[in-house]
Amino acid sequence: MTTPEEQWRGVATEDLERIDTATGLRLAARSRRLLGSLLRPHLRRVAVAAGLLVVDQAALLAGPLLIAAAIDRGIPAALAGRPGPLAWCIVGYAVAGAGDALLVRAFLRLSGRIGQDVLLDLRERVFAQIQRLSLAFHERYTSGRVISRLTSDLDSLQDLLDEGLDGFFVSLLSIVGIGTMLLVLDVPLGLVALTGFVPLVLLTRWYLRRSQHAYRGTRTWVARVIVQFVETMNGIRAVQAFRRESRNSALMDELSGTFAEANRVALGLIARFTATVRLVGNVSIAAVLLLGGLRVLDGSLELGALAAFVLYLRRFYDPLDQLAMFANSYSSAAAALEKISGVLEEHPTVVDPPRPRALPSPVRGEVTFAGVRFGYGSGPPVLPGLDLVLPAGQTVALVGPTGAGKSTVARLLARFYDPVAGEVRLDGVDLRWVAEAELRRAVVLVTQESFLFSGSVADNIALGSPSAARTDVVEAARAVGADEFIRALPEGYDTDVGKRGARLSAGQRQLVSFARALLADPAVLVLDEATALLDIPTERAAAAALRTVLAGRTALIIAHRLSTVLAADRVLVLADGVLVEDGPPDELVTGTGPFAALHSAWRAALA
Amino acid sequence: MSLPDPPQHASLAALRRLAPYIRPVRGRLLGAGLAMLVAMLAGLAIPLLIQRIVDGPLAEADPAGLVLLSAGILALGVTEAGLIYLRRALVARPTTEVEARMRTDLYHHLQYLPMAFHDRWPSGQLLSRAVSDLTTIRRFLAFVSILLVVNVLTVLVGLVVLVVLAPQLGLLVVLMAVPMVALCRHHEQHYGRVARRAQDQVGDLTTTVEEAALGIRVLKSFGRGPRATRAFLAQARALRRTELTKVRLLAALWAVIIALPELTMAALLGVGGYAVAAGSLTLGTLVGTVTILAYLRWPLESLGWLLAETSNAAAATTRYWEVRDVRRTLADPPRPRALARPVRGALRLEGVRFHYPGAAGEVLRGVDLEVRPGETVALVGATGSGKTTLTALVPRLADVTSGRITVDDVDVRHLPLAELRSVVAAAFEDPVLFSASVRENVALGALASGDDAVRRALRVARAEQFVEALPWGLDTRIGEQGLTLSGGQRQRLALARAVFADPAVLVLDDPLSALDVHTEAEVEAALRQVLRDVTALVVAHRPSTVQLADRVALLADGRIAAVGTHSELLAEVPEYRRLLSPAVDGSPRTANPGVGGTRRATNPSAEEVVR
Repeated sequence: MTTPEEQWRGVATEDLERIDTATGLRLAARSRRLLGSLLRPHLRRVAVAAGLLVVDQAALLAGPLLIAAAIDRGIPAALAGRPGPLAWCIVGYAVAGAGDALLVRAFLRLSGRIGQDVLLDLRERVFAQIQRLSLAFHERYTSGRVISRLTSDLDSLQDLLDEGLDGFFVSLLSIVGIGTMLLVLDVPLGLVALTGFVPLVLLTRWYLRRSQHAYRGTRTWVARVIVQFVETMNGIRAVQAFRRESRNSALMDELSGTFAEANRVALGLIARFTATVRLVGNVSIAAVLLLGGLRVLDGSLELGALAAFVLYLRRFYDPLDQLAMFANSYSSAAAALEKISGVLEEHPTVVDPPRPRALPSPVRGEVTFAGVRFGYGSGPPVLPGLDLVLPAGQTVALVGPTGAGKSTVARLLARFYDPVAGEVRLDGVDLRWVAEAELRRAVVLVTQESFLFSGSVADNIALGSPSAARTDVVEAARAVGADEFIRALPEGYDTDVGKRGARLSAGQRQLVSFARALLADPAVLVLDEATALLDIPTERAAAAALRTVLAGRTALIIAHRLSTVLAADRVLVLADGVLVEDGPPDELVTGTGPFAALHSAWRAALA
Repeated sequence: MSLPDPPQHASLAALRRLAPYIRPVRGRLLGAGLAMLVAMLAGLAIPLLIQRIVDGPLAEADPAGLVLLSAGILALGVTEAGLIYLRRALVARPTTEVEARMRTDLYHHLQYLPMAFHDRWPSGQLLSRAVSDLTTIRRFLAFVSILLVVNVLTVLVGLVVLVVLAPQLGLLVVLMAVPMVALCRHHEQHYGRVARRAQDQVGDLTTTVEEAALGIRVLKSFGRGPRATRAFLAQARALRRTELTKVRLLAALWAVIIALPELTMAALLGVGGYAVAAGSLTLGTLVGTVTILAYLRWPLESLGWLLAETSNAAAATTRYWEVRDVRRTLADPPRPRALARPVRGALRLEGVRFHYPGAAGEVLRGVDLEVRPGETVALVGATGSGKTTLTALVPRLADVTSGRITVDDVDVRHLPLAELRSVVAAAFEDPVLFSASVRENVALGALASGDDAVRRALRVARAEQFVEALPWGLDTRIGEQGLTLSGGQRQRLALARAVFADPAVLVLDDPLSALDVHTEAEVEAALRQVLRDVTALVVAHRPSTVQLADRVALLADGRIAAVGTHSELLAEVPEYRRLLSPAVDGSPRTANPGVGGTRRATNPSAEEVVR
């Protein structure tokens, strides 16, 4: 399959998977389970809502009956000079009509509330699940798809709850209620009318099956549209600088066009569905009129009963458009639920322990890697077997070429991943046994990425410790040398950082995220190229700050600058996941190992 | 959200703005409307035939007439069904096309809006416009608009038929319609405001979702997942409250819309029944009237949600055009000038000033700098001194507040944007890779030049080797949706991109920041080769990068404070020395303050509060 679309996207592993029929069935079952679990807490209210509908349908069904009574009994009686029966029929009809209106109002309010509660519940579940899932999931699943799960997929469920639920119940009740009524009115004619329901049921089953498939297509394509959109808006600088706009527009045109095509297929199905349903309805009305008329002629049926028949049938086939919209939103929501339930059934690979072991208080910060083996997914091992002890309070620099496994060490220490074999311990406790909240208080990892959230500078620093007072925030900023530039901003610490911190320069963003880490006050601080974008004086200031703030903390620093490295107590040189050198920098510099070579190369570059 | 509250437009005025998109497909939409109208008329004719049956063959005991009229009803029924299919089939293509075109146009427009716009607008608000709002509009066009027009027409035609058939009964129904229309109008306005609020809240929620997805590493690292979830929930609850207000409004409207026709039906039965009794009305006419009102029941009831959907669509359209109406302040000049060929690449900045909209002071306060053709000038300055801002001004990602920037003596604002940006290539400290193949990321769509050109660019950027080692080579998808690359690899690809573009002027923002010492030497060598033939402005933080340059310019206090060679500046300018002299004397720190030094004592009770 090499459409132009596939060509520019390139190849990745997940494309090689295909959905077969068995998987399709499993997916459907999975989303039904999810829907069940969402509705279960509201069963009582759902029952009340259904009760309201039943009463409402009774009021609705009474209408044509009363009209029939008015024509067959009331008018002849009135003709005979007795206006009473006709008056009763009219009053009855008015009461049924008003009751219908009030019941519908009550039902809509109740079902709307249930729908919103279900939606809120699902939003919370998905969002919390996303936060709970390990980084391994996020790197595989990617943010674009996470976003579409939480936005457009939930939208389609909202559409179903908004306009679908009552339509569904009503049509269900209509089938039962009207069917019974027709049989009560007249058995032979009722049977004729009911034969129309048989193709109707078959038709609905055909439609639901086919549209399920069509809507799976729309969910997949809308996710791709979202990914393209989000990526472009987040990388807008590069887009404009490299004149990618028109190429991007062409790609979006293609994606959006395929999405439109998927929608068109779904709409075509609806067209066939609704037209056929209407055809069935009209044919049964004609048949009922003909047969009923003949029976009126031979005197075995009353005229009023025939009128009621026609009214009932029309009422059943009438809100067709709403029924079609329900079927439409149901299929769309079912496809969305498949995707959502997939996320909800993922298990974090890094699990919070059921019975956590407490760390000593205060945490000393001694880190041990014991026989740690690790590789990403099914890829080659990154760390074949690492043994390492970082005594509490030591500042350790980790150096080595790209791909040596430095960041992996940092990620294992922050427990973004668990080792395949061996243990990472903090103060002698395996990280797998430390409660998530306690671990995050003790160990903080700062990466080069320095992601800022929308909000003020102070908000972003306070992320490190949400309960911190403003003075603590300022102190942390001052410690890393960020205070000066923050005060120079128009509203100081309360300045909005703009989207992704666009208001600040890259170096400033790094300082803010550095301050954030300090405010968190962890026993173990892991810096993965956290100062790479700072200029030399700022970095020097940050390094000086480090010297005071790192006192009493264990620090693992991955840095490319030898200035930072030389300030450490100890240097580790990593190559292909193996420690090749370990010692104080001044000793290593004078030695003959790889670090000495690195150092002299660096000296040469400065000269 | 801090976006201004837009003035409340009437729904109709808002929807009128869909006109440019509807115009090309109006033929098919009209056809669909026509099909619907005829279908409706066929549907309405059925009760008239029923009346004929009751008053004719049934009253006169004429079985042949009954069969004939029943066949007529069947024919009408088949016609109605066929037209319903036609209507939907006609509408499927144009409406999905309108949605796709509106989305592409929005996307296209957004791509050309200046950075200032993008920094201000949360991308979730943009995304919700591009997806949920457009879905609402499509649904409006496909279902709602046609149903609305046709159902209103059905009601009108039905009323006329009623009045003609039985004037006194018809008048009764017309009387009912007056308060109904008034109530619907009033309700629609109120509902419109709430609908708009709900859509804005959806946009805010989308922003939160996006940040939580993109910032997941930070949230995880600090264990702030639960906190983010709480913040998200607060927003979701606010949205739920708005949605419940919508539900309440809608429920009230439904009640009115159901009650009025039902009560009218009761009145009709009363007046009609006694009229039949008095002999002033035939039974058939009464049955026909009742059947027609029953036929009108659905079109009348549907008005409730049709109006609600119309409000939603109007609010969505307003939101859409809010963004589309933002003017492209950075546009092609009205009378563009062309650069003389071949482009020499002389870059000059004259009295360049810049301040960010809404910011207190100027970032750049009169920058004068000349970069001669083929020369490489390094730009050095403290963090936040405006270096990155300056690099954004050259390819016109933002415009100078005053002063001017020229390439070969032509003001960049007088050049067509496409030409300017093909002459000036830029690479930023934060290399953005797109979720596409390596080839696409380097060539950025200019695939005509073939793989050899891509490979050559990769070779110059010292990226060929690792690309070859990727599972699918040049075809491997990288970026967010594909293979994760290291910082150094990303920067080399960004460099390859700039090389591939083959510009006359190259603007590099700290191109070596994410490289480790091993790779740095390699990329440096690559860069040296690239810089030989182009004019380059290179932002530098490190001595090694500075040494790639012929001259160095020091940016301080928004001006160029000094220009010279690296060694000159090092010798003469103290500020420069502070910025670029090697940081370390080579002596590692010796003292180890030991455990428990200055780290703040943990206060268990305070920590408990945080949890």
